[in-house]
Amino acid sequence: IPSVSNIVPESCLLIVVGLLVGGLIKGVGEKPPILKSDIFFLFLLPPIILDAGYFLPLRPFTENLGTILIFAVVGTLWNAFFLGGLMYAVCQLGGPGLNHIGLLANLLFGSIISAVDPVAVLAVFEEIHINELLHILVFGESLLNDAVTVVLYHLFEEFASFEQVTILDIILGFLSFFVVSLGGVLVGVIYGLIAAFTSRFTSHIRVIEPLFVFLYSYMAYLSAELFHLSGIMALIAAGVVMRPYVEANISHKSHTTIKYFLKMWSSVSETLIFIFLGVSTVAGHHYWNWTFVISTLFFCLIARVLGVLVLTWFINKFRIVKLTPKDQFIIAYGGLRGAIAFSLGYLLDYKHFGMRDMFLTAIITVIFFTVFVQGMTIRPLVDLLAVKKKQETKRSINEEIHTQFLDHLLTGIEDICGHYGHHHWKDKLNRFNKKYVKKCLIAGERSKEPQLIAFYHKMEMKQAIELVESGGIGKIPSAVSTVSIQNINPQTLPLERVLPALSKDKEEEIRKILRTNLQKTRQRLRSYNRHTLVADPYEEAWNQMLLRRQKARQLEQKMNNYLTVPVHRLDSPTMSRARIGSDPLAYEPKEDSENLPIITIDPASPQSPESVDLMSEEPKGCSGLPPSPEEDEEGLVMRVKEPSSPGTDDVFTPGTSDSPSNQRMLRCLSDPGPRPEPEEGEPFIPKGQ
Amino acid sequence: QGPRGSAPVTALLSPAVTSEQIEHLHRRFKQLSQDQLTIRKENFDSIPDLEFNPIRGKIVHAFFDKRNLRQESDGLADEINFEDFLTIMSYFRPIEMNMDEEQLDRFRKEKLKFLFHMYDSDHDGKITLQEYRNVVEELLSGNPHLEKESARSIADGAMMEAASICVGQMGPDQVYEGITFEDFLKMWQGIDIETKMHVRFLNVDTIAHCY
Repeated sequence: IPSVSNIVPESCLLIVVGLLVGGLIKGVGEKPPILKSDIFFLFLLPPIILDAGYFLPLRPFTENLGTILIFAVVGTLWNAFFLGGLMYAVCQLGGPGLNHIGLLANLLFGSIISAVDPVAVLAVFEEIHINELLHILVFGESLLNDAVTVVLYHLFEEFASFEQVTILDIILGFLSFFVVSLGGVLVGVIYGLIAAFTSRFTSHIRVIEPLFVFLYSYMAYLSAELFHLSGIMALIAAGVVMRPYVEANISHKSHTTIKYFLKMWSSVSETLIFIFLGVSTVAGHHYWNWTFVISTLFFCLIARVLGVLVLTWFINKFRIVKLTPKDQFIIAYGGLRGAIAFSLGYLLDYKHFGMRDMFLTAIITVIFFTVFVQGMTIRPLVDLLAVKKKQETKRSINEEIHTQFLDHLLTGIEDICGHYGHHHWKDKLNRFNKKYVKKCLIAGERSKEPQLIAFYHKMEMKQAIELVESGGIGKIPSAVSTVSIQNINPQTLPLERVLPALSKDKEEEIRKILRTNLQKTRQRLRSYNRHTLVADPYEEAWNQMLLRRQKARQLEQKMNNYLTVPVHRLDSPTMSRARIGSDPLAYEPKEDSENLPIITIDPASPQSPESVDLMSEEPKGCSGLPPSPEEDEEGLVMRVKEPSSPGTDDVFTPGTSDSPSNQRMLRCLSDPGPRPEPEEGEPFIPKGQ
Repeated sequence: QGPRGSAPVTALLSPAVTSEQIEHLHRRFKQLSQDQLTIRKENFDSIPDLEFNPIRGKIVHAFFDKRNLRQESDGLADEINFEDFLTIMSYFRPIEMNMDEEQLDRFRKEKLKFLFHMYDSDHDGKITLQEYRNVVEELLSGNPHLEKESARSIADGAMMEAASICVGQMGPDQVYEGITFEDFLKMWQGIDIETKMHVRFLNVDTIAHCY
């Protein structure tokens, strides 16, 4: 039995809620609030756009940029003029009620209603999980057509107050399009670079790192809007530009914070926007004119379909992967209108546009139609037409190697052919980026880190966290592959796994020690303030210990366990402990750890001087923490050039992300210990993941 | 670009390579070979942009690999003529709209075979751990300060992942010899190579000059 949420997309339900709320308010006798344009443009829209821009999948976007631009610019222009012109004709023929609406007013109306709305597209497309190409085409179009909309809107609005419109005005209008769009992008890029540069110096004040991202992006948006440039394009450009550098500089926790805050804000904004749309419908003054509204709706659809058909025919001449008719249908059907159109209509001045109410009514009707009818039917249509859905592929290290290899290969072939194509310029840009830009904008050693290594570390990190969250090795299902380093490289020394046989009371002693330490640390945690986050001696000690633990990795166990570990198994009390477990602040490694057995296993390398270890090493192992990291590090980490500075809770610092040690500690702790209060409950469930 | 008639010398190639493109390639060939009839490895040194490419060696090697030249023998050729040059280029032609399933599959396999030969440097039909390590090292060769350890670990991890995809569960005594071509195909299933591995020949006029 399909539930309501399977049939009706969330946006529709929210609008209905808004209608009910508005009706309720009106029924009580109060005046329901209307979605004011400045609230919408200043507060509700930016989070959604920033979220979209910051997490924009850059590769498919740039690969299809030409197509997206053509749809956004030419498509919107076509829609606006076609619709405007036809509505003018309708008005002329429509009888006395409509005759007075001039051409300019109609063109303005056309430009307002013709823009595909990013909020509505996001809301609907996120639920249908369509393949990446179509998603990025429609979504990219909805983002980039903002420039066109802004230009046309301001242009026609101004022209409406002119007595005469000369050719010069039209030419200037045409030029202003370039100024608006490129200017918006430029503003965004500048702020993005400033943000990236700022993040380079935030290693001592990790707590406010997310703030910079949000502030600079919002400043970009406001600055652009101030000069009537395209704010949306500025925001997207800022997000795209700052992201690679900021992510390389900030700590892992800040990254998570940014991600969750953006998702939270954009969810809240989206919800509010749709609810307000419903309320405004009930609240507003409406002027219903059958001819106008019905013909608007009709011509909107026709314009969209024709536009997509003609443009695709044109675009397919230049594309390698052609757009099939199925794709075209989805693109045309996905042209949803939304709150931006409503807000723009609301901004219209009564003095110049007396028919504003009629316009608003027509706009609302079109919005309702596209969101309800098209939004609800697109999912069954996608299934019916068997459109390719999004493939949930896990990004693997193999894929990354192959993709990079292919990129270099194609660049090489292009150079051999003497053809300066797509790959050549991309390669040049990458080299420029690596040589100059990264040095400026990324702090410390990370600036020289090649992409493959960075990717590998990121993957390791992600999988280590998943592993820790799933409660350690005990939770891994048996379906996991048991491929180990032995299987692929049989010449390695036979591993001497030494599991020390502990006597019962020694075990008990160890447990008691760990328990007491954990309790003590917990108390200390409760009284922390944000300044102690900065200089935590335990963190430094922990980092040092982890560095030592580097030698003792159990390479193959880690790899094969978390290469296929399922995501997010959250069910046991060990969860909350695991979360503490992953927090380096929670451990106090120094005391009494002589009794802690260290299981050190030689990683797969025959030449390692530190070969298999035993209990004899342990006193050295933990008690006297060596002041400097080991010189010859084995394993998956780069040489640690800078010892972790105080306050680095940066798990990116090579050497600190030692999940096997975490696991080992956890294993001991997962025995019944004192019941910790469930400090941390369910983790955040990120939206749409 | 699209299916059009082909010149006689391109009987090997699909109709997707037009005569203009062949002319362009021929001009380029003459530039590289300095008006000789054949090209040797040294001729590739004259391309300045190729120096920055980390896998330069493998690319040049691929041009002379007899397996790619559709010759039955094995090993490396010393020099190649224009026909061989075109043969190699044909691996990079773009996909056509009117291909059926079987053609598409063959198309894809051809391209993947070319890639496989690039990875498998000793021509034994398998990509061993050492060869894979070699590939990753070359990819990272643009960063001189990097330790060999990192490249090795990445290669090891990738190899293990490949083994687990291709063979699944393995006991502690089984040894995974190397990635065979079938395994290689499995690994590339997620990536649509037909659309990615092509070079566009839109600008027939921009010929880079070697100096």
